[in-house]
Amino acid sequence: MDAKQLYEMLKKSQEPKGYFFNSDQERVTELMENLLINKKRYGYMACPCRLASGDKTNDVDIICPCTYREQDVKEYGSCYCNLYVSKEWNENTIPHVFVPEKRPPEKIMI
Amino acid sequence: MSKEVRIYSLSTCSHCRSTKSFLKECNIKFQFTDVDLLTGDERKSTIQDIKKINPRCSFPTTIIGDTIIIGHKEQEIREALDL
Repeated sequence: MDAKQLYEMLKKSQEPKGYFFNSDQERVTELMENLLINKKRYGYMACPCRLASGDKTNDVDIICPCTYREQDVKEYGSCYCNLYVSKEWNENTIPHVFVPEKRPPEKIMI
Repeated sequence: MSKEVRIYSLSTCSHCRSTKSFLKECNIKFQFTDVDLLTGDERKSTIQDIKKINPRCSFPTTIIGDTIIIGHKEQEIREALDL
């Protein structure tokens, strides 16, 4: 699967749920490519903006779409990575703040 | 004297890429470590170092002199560098 195919597949499944891809196409393409890198590297599509451990059981919360997306999109209009955003984020009717990390620190495996 | 700039980053992280690009645009020299590419003891000790200054160990974590900036925040970078 390449980045374009992944994009099309996710768009079809996520948009009906109210999660839109960021209108910044370059950023989205880069994130698709990095999700595929992580899929190859770890065997699962870990969030590219977080440090994955390689242990799928530990990282289940950050397999994209991560478990924090719902709350972050509700609160900030965007997921942590700025991949999935709300309609309002894309329309620039809400401020684009940096979404703080919600993942508990103990999930970072040393 | 210019401040030392150091970034803890991930090779796959778009926020990290934004911070690196921004510093390059501003002609600021910086050192960076892509933590996801480290292995073994080097990875362990680097994560421990990051946790001391940013307990959530999120990326990018940027150190400018005595200032720690968590996330890609251009305004905070400007202020820390007096840009």
